[in-house]
Amino acid sequence: MNLVRNHVLISIDAGTIMAGAKGVEKALVDEINKQGLSGEIAVLETGSIGATGQGVVIVVYPEGLYYANVNPEDAKEIVEEHLLKGRPVKRLIMTEMPRQQVIRKEKTGLLKEQARIVLKNSGIINPENIDEYIAAGGYEAIERAFTELKPEGVIREVKESGLVGRGGAAFTTAMKWEFASRAPGQPKYIICNADEGEPGTFKDRLILEGDPHKLIEGMMLAAYAFGGSKGFIYIRGEYALSIERLEKAIQQAREYGILGDNILESGFNFDLAVMKGAGAYVCGEETALIESLEGKRGHPRNKPPYPVTEGLWGKPTVVNNVETLANVPEIVRHGAAWYRGYGTDKCPGTKVYTIIGNVATPGLIEAEMGTTLRDIIYDYAGGIKAGKHFKGALVGGAAGAFLGPEMLDVQMDFINLKEYAAVLGSGAILVMDERTDIVDMLQSVLHFFKHESCGHCVPCRLGTKQLVEIIDRIALGKGKTGDIEKMVKISEVMRDTSFCPLGQSLNLPISSSLKYFKDEVYGRVPATV
Amino acid sequence: MSEEKQCQCAEVQEEELYPRLEEVINQHKCKGEDLIMVLHKAQNLFGYLPRRVQEMVAEGLNVSLNEVYGVITFYNFFSTVPQGRNSVKVCLGTACYVRGSQEVLDKAQRELGIKVGGTTEDRRYSLDVVRCIGACGLAPAMLVNEDVYGRVKSPHLVDILKKYE
Repeated sequence: MNLVRNHVLISIDAGTIMAGAKGVEKALVDEINKQGLSGEIAVLETGSIGATGQGVVIVVYPEGLYYANVNPEDAKEIVEEHLLKGRPVKRLIMTEMPRQQVIRKEKTGLLKEQARIVLKNSGIINPENIDEYIAAGGYEAIERAFTELKPEGVIREVKESGLVGRGGAAFTTAMKWEFASRAPGQPKYIICNADEGEPGTFKDRLILEGDPHKLIEGMMLAAYAFGGSKGFIYIRGEYALSIERLEKAIQQAREYGILGDNILESGFNFDLAVMKGAGAYVCGEETALIESLEGKRGHPRNKPPYPVTEGLWGKPTVVNNVETLANVPEIVRHGAAWYRGYGTDKCPGTKVYTIIGNVATPGLIEAEMGTTLRDIIYDYAGGIKAGKHFKGALVGGAAGAFLGPEMLDVQMDFINLKEYAAVLGSGAILVMDERTDIVDMLQSVLHFFKHESCGHCVPCRLGTKQLVEIIDRIALGKGKTGDIEKMVKISEVMRDTSFCPLGQSLNLPISSSLKYFKDEVYGRVPATV
Repeated sequence: MSEEKQCQCAEVQEEELYPRLEEVINQHKCKGEDLIMVLHKAQNLFGYLPRRVQEMVAEGLNVSLNEVYGVITFYNFFSTVPQGRNSVKVCLGTACYVRGSQEVLDKAQRELGIKVGGTTEDRRYSLDVVRCIGACGLAPAMLVNEDVYGRVKSPHLVDILKKYE
């Protein structure tokens, strides 16, 4: 057997495929074969490495050298110069490097440990090969759960870790599991909410594409903890590559006896199915999602009863977000104390952010809880685009809050932001420079909500429509005196009376835009100036 | 005349698809909970969900036609009108919107001579909007069938569209 001396990793995700990654891969393999290096150099597919907009990206190990914007024509040069003669191709070396480590909140520059938690394997292992996941410590957690912790131990560990849901509501994960474990009724279900529909958010997609086995292990651990036996992954129909990789991963896990009956001789039975969503924002709400899984219109249900007691088909059901579940294997493997070493006291761990808009290098980042907006924007994302200045950011997705420059140094975690009437939400950060028009942004957000309101309850159905009428008027410069107050009033009524979080959360973008950009918004209504 | 021929041709093809739909339905006989999955498959076959398909699905899965119609109209993904051979979707999510996707959409409407939700007469293109396809780093983005295009500027649009017959 030949010893492989170089590994060439090629990032295959929706963005790089678009840039022609498959063609580059083929050209590299062809060239390597032509040079007779096939035994020495391995070309591997991996998930996203967290850099977007840089074309096809490859990494050459052991040097760990990144090349960006690679074209098939470059393959010859890379193979001949770098792989054969050891001379890196300077013109292709990536200049904007993605961070491979968790950004420490202290920003000391001294990294205690270069490890990501959720994105640990993304862009490093081949997501289509279960052996690579196992080699990276995968499925160790489930072993520890079976042999050492037992279900109560898993719940205890996750409870002590302080993990809260990463989908936006920040509910204590272990508490959900505990409720479901106590609830009578069999079978019990675990659902992974992968219906990522929040505008500006694509973190779940990159986890699914980059490390699908981590999600499978997370779901297994959850189900084992509360006594579940069947899992569903409810995923956006548009995420074709994620679906393909998940299905492949599930199949491999079945072949290895990691899914199915009597897993690893533990007596635990568990299997998984992937279910395609059909495009409805409201299905991110857990009861609406359950309705949709049952084949119906995705209208939210009355609560209580909560899904943990009466969920899918009336049985106890836990619904967790992709990112939440991806945290679980690492917590169980390394223990709660290790996990608490990251983040803040009240909010341990990390958060995956998608950072987009007018920044130099948009992309995906995993940062410790408590990292400030300033560090994320200027440290990771390369700051604001050349020559422009930070005006504000929309944090937490469309249902999030606009934040002004005065919020740049606030520590961001689920609890701390609440004090400032802001939310972390799904972790989308849309950065705006001075060219961005706040009214225009607000108009886009309100149109989105009008479109996605499911029509089930009156405040949301009519409220979103009225809000759109008012903001359209203001945007055209035809706003009337009292229009802005009316918008606030309507959104308050919606906050207090809407049936589900969709209608309830609209007050946030409206009130926050007025909090930080009052003059600008009022300046657009002629009569009030 | 030629138009008429085309029409017949399309109809004949559609006729041939019904037995295949029958097979799909038989795999999910009387399983109302599989409705969305079956509709996904049916739309894959036909490109849209005409009334006859809806009726067959309703009967096969033992749910009311009303329920089937309700589900179809609730979700963005499903359509009851014929779609073009190529589906063009412009992203109007917040990130794309701030980077000027509205201009791209306006240009697409002008170029194709159809409004959002419409299909060109030759059935070559359908135009729709989506809210975020997770390509925010490449805003403004658009989808043609399964292909994602990033950093779309209105002048590029024509070249992109031309690629699809």
